[in-house]
Amino acid sequence: MAEEVTLSGHIQHHLTNAKMCTTDSGLAFNKACSDSGFWTWHIDTLAWSIGLGILFLWIFRRAANKATTGVPDKFQCFIEMVIDFVGDNVSKTFQGKSALIAPLALTIFVWVFLMNLMDLIPVDFLPALAGFVGETAFGMDSHDVYMKIVPTTDINLTAALAVGVFLLMIAYSIRIKGVGGFIKELTLHPFSTNNKLAMVFLIPCNLLLETIALVAKPFSLALRLFGNLYAGELIFILIGAVGLMQLPLHFVWAVFHILVIVLQAFVFMMLTIVYLSMASSDNH
Amino acid sequence: MEQLLTMPEAIKFIAVALLIGFGAIGTAIGFGNMGGKFLEACARQPELAPSLQVKMFILAGLIDAVAMIGVGIAMVLLFVL
Repeated sequence: MAEEVTLSGHIQHHLTNAKMCTTDSGLAFNKACSDSGFWTWHIDTLAWSIGLGILFLWIFRRAANKATTGVPDKFQCFIEMVIDFVGDNVSKTFQGKSALIAPLALTIFVWVFLMNLMDLIPVDFLPALAGFVGETAFGMDSHDVYMKIVPTTDINLTAALAVGVFLLMIAYSIRIKGVGGFIKELTLHPFSTNNKLAMVFLIPCNLLLETIALVAKPFSLALRLFGNLYAGELIFILIGAVGLMQLPLHFVWAVFHILVIVLQAFVFMMLTIVYLSMASSDNH
Repeated sequence: MEQLLTMPEAIKFIAVALLIGFGAIGTAIGFGNMGGKFLEACARQPELAPSLQVKMFILAGLIDAVAMIGVGIAMVLLFVL
């Protein structure tokens, strides 16, 4: 049988993603991937995030196909509430003109919310199921099966979302202000004078300040979502390790976590809208 | 005397404590201030309460951010590194 199960081993097992990489002998998984460097894929994150994205698209497409202008049923009513909510926030916050922002905001909100929602499933349940499947179908030791079901606890996923928003910010800036305008915004704010000699000294200052402000946005987006969700999942794992007292503690933490998952999805969406609004506004 | 903890482990625990502790202080002061002003504003103009509440939640997400980043890094330090 495998090595003995210790508490920190159990916790580490729950905090490790399922990895896949290519080595000299073809595709390798998990422990064989320890030195395959950058091109290691976290297949559990990829599978769950893509699966939840497909679920979101399927739910909303069904609602759109069955939509009626008569008396709506509960499902259509709920979807309309979500869309109204996102639409209100976009129209109040986004100051430019773009047909992309509202669908983007809806996607970010619902997709991040669905991924965060996976954190409320008991933390041992699906990984134990996966371990059982691994044992019976593939003859693997269930300790070698790694699966993390909450994709947003993987910094790679939150960073990918943030990089997407960052690229959109730059694209909107360049589209509205042009490349020259974009560079002027980075170099001529906040210090600006008419004196050419002073500008030679002020431009590097401006560039430093503005670059830090620009790069801090995707960084903080990624790390805020990751930190909240990772800490939440870890506390679930730790509460699960205390024996019978875990039941009331789990309940309290789960109720708090319901607030956190909605709030973090909402904040991610609002900040995306705000950043894109700032990027596509011409006044500074 | 036999060591219960090696020096790097001990420093790691202190680092985790500092990360989480300082984050908690800043967050608590920030939320206290913001919550207090929100309650005052609601008391003065109750009709603004819903819209102010939405803005308050946005601010809550932002104030929490760096503290949660610290907690995330502390957890990674404690359990993964």
